[in-house]
Amino acid sequence: MKLRSAALAAAMALAGATAQADVKVGMITTLSGGGAGLGIDVRDGFMLAVSQSGRDDLEVVIEDDQRKPDIAVQLADKMIQSEKVDVLTGIIWSNLAMAVVPAATAQGKFYLSPNAGPSPLAGKGCHPNYFNVAWQNDNLHEAAGAYANDSGLKNSFILAPNYPAGKDALTGYKRFFEGELAGELYTKLGQTDYAAEIAQIRASGADSVYFFLPGGMGISFLKQYAASGVDLPLVGPAFSFDQGILQAVGDAAMGVKNTSQWNKDIDNATNAAFVEAFQAEFGRLPSLYASQGFDTANLLISAMGKADVADADAFRAALKAADFDSVRGDFAFGDNHHPVQDIYVREVIKEGDIYTNKIIATGLSKHADAYAADCKM
Amino acid sequence: MTTLLFIEQMLNGLQFGVMLFLMSAGLTLVFGVMGLINLAHGSLFMIGAFTAAAVAAATGSFVLALMASLAAAAIAGALIELTIIRRLYDRDHLDQVLATFALILIFSEGTRWMFGSFPLFLDVPKVLAGPVTLPGGIEYPAYRLSIILIGLLVAAGMFALINRTRVGIRIRAGEADREMIAALGVDIAKLYTFVFALGAALAGFAGALVGAIQSVQVGMGEPVLILAFVVIVIGGIGSIKGAFVGALLVGFTDTMGRVLLPQIFALFLEPSAAVSVGSALASMLIYILMAGVLVFRPRGLYGVT
Repeated sequence: MKLRSAALAAAMALAGATAQADVKVGMITTLSGGGAGLGIDVRDGFMLAVSQSGRDDLEVVIEDDQRKPDIAVQLADKMIQSEKVDVLTGIIWSNLAMAVVPAATAQGKFYLSPNAGPSPLAGKGCHPNYFNVAWQNDNLHEAAGAYANDSGLKNSFILAPNYPAGKDALTGYKRFFEGELAGELYTKLGQTDYAAEIAQIRASGADSVYFFLPGGMGISFLKQYAASGVDLPLVGPAFSFDQGILQAVGDAAMGVKNTSQWNKDIDNATNAAFVEAFQAEFGRLPSLYASQGFDTANLLISAMGKADVADADAFRAALKAADFDSVRGDFAFGDNHHPVQDIYVREVIKEGDIYTNKIIATGLSKHADAYAADCKM
Repeated sequence: MTTLLFIEQMLNGLQFGVMLFLMSAGLTLVFGVMGLINLAHGSLFMIGAFTAAAVAAATGSFVLALMASLAAAAIAGALIELTIIRRLYDRDHLDQVLATFALILIFSEGTRWMFGSFPLFLDVPKVLAGPVTLPGGIEYPAYRLSIILIGLLVAAGMFALINRTRVGIRIRAGEADREMIAALGVDIAKLYTFVFALGAALAGFAGALVGAIQSVQVGMGEPVLILAFVVIVIGGIGSIKGAFVGALLVGFTDTMGRVLLPQIFALFLEPSAAVSVGSALASMLIYILMAGVLVFRPRGLYGVT
């Protein structure tokens, strides 16, 4: 009798394992227009991990949000209602994430952020089904503030675009930077000409410039800064120095210090294999965005190995455990489901003909975000 | 703010305005002469920048790159005029908007297909890298100074073309009454192709000039296109003079607004609030200017009434 029930239980457990539902992932990311390089890197990193896992019970639906919040919301509705996805991911921009994530998690879907980490979602607006695999927006900027202190900078001029991540950026820098501010500016999102700002920097008497201008904005700023003859040291987050845009900036970026949670020379086997596989597959070096996409997919795959997505509590616990080999080495989630991780200082160098980054120091170690205390879940 | 900084910011405003003029000259002619709303004008700007980047990478010569951008944009302009735009003159504006919007998508994705999604590299020529010292001790980037000079030269050339040449007379006549000029034996189809290609070439030239100090990427033309529309609405549709004055007005207003507004608000608000209110208002300023102009001059400053 005992034996029979044990056998039955085993059989049921087995049946349970084989009948585990497929996981359907909806990826909403930016694949056209000015910010496309970022979305394409996240997608390629994500899909590389999916194809390496060889799983046939994981389906990914990919759609382009064109960097527009309204389109992102429509896509999310479509994916939740007609595609019936279990997990959403992919959004690059914080304003889009704010438009999509709260509604998606409220409907019981999981959201794994491969990039955007706006402060409200880390603090008061946190949600058990929301996991950020990249960083909270402030993190890289906080590390930059700490680095500026260490290198003896006393008087920074700071600027960022006028949108949620821009405000998080300057807040993050100011949280750690102990010196004075020679000036603080918010520029228009998507602005391409920085002559007026550079003239103000020149007149401000600052000893350094901290700027957060992701993508094409950073390219424009760096080229114009180099031509202006202002030679104050620049510090920035990795977003203006990622692999995708360095070649377009050229010499103007050489030697600039920037902060990142990832670089291709982080010394662990997973990272080395990732960089090699990414290059073999796509013919270019991965950026930090690609690394974030890759980690996001591997986190998801690790959770699929442990729990059924239909059992939300078990799946959530499996995600929280973050039991996967990250390209960043150690990886763990804090209580608000945001990473607790090391953030490095990198320097832009030239390897042969290719501009890339090299880690020169650890900016902050085992760093968590400042909003975790506000998160009640 | 010191006088020197003020003068430097005025130069920045002038440079921005001159660049906007190159972009809006073609747009206003096409709208004025052919009555066509061309949303794809920004794509021609992008074509100019990409051509310049590709040619500069292949040959290393910035002058060649500029020439190539002029030629490529003019050829692209002539081609789309002959194949697509020509069919749109008799349709209403909504059809034109739809068709030229489709052209934006085709050009953007076509460029992505050819050049990839990542920005291209285009640098200022070595001679013009770095700053020059102007009288009074202002350090100003040599390249921006050249943009101002080139832009003013092109503007002078355009005035001469419109006011002093036979083609110019025809263009002005076409603006006033296109049936009549056709009846007088002018080959209106050829004239239209010429005007469109000229506008395209100027847009492509602007793209190449600006590409050297900005990011050469897919979609770079659309933000400039919006500004160019603001310029021609302020200046009066169809008027080159209007486009020039409008472009300088927008250039100065935008630049000085970005600089001055946060400082003005800082007089009576706390610093962080002043920065955010000032920046927000500065980005609206040119639209407020446009609305203001339209209240008093519904057809723009130099529009034909």
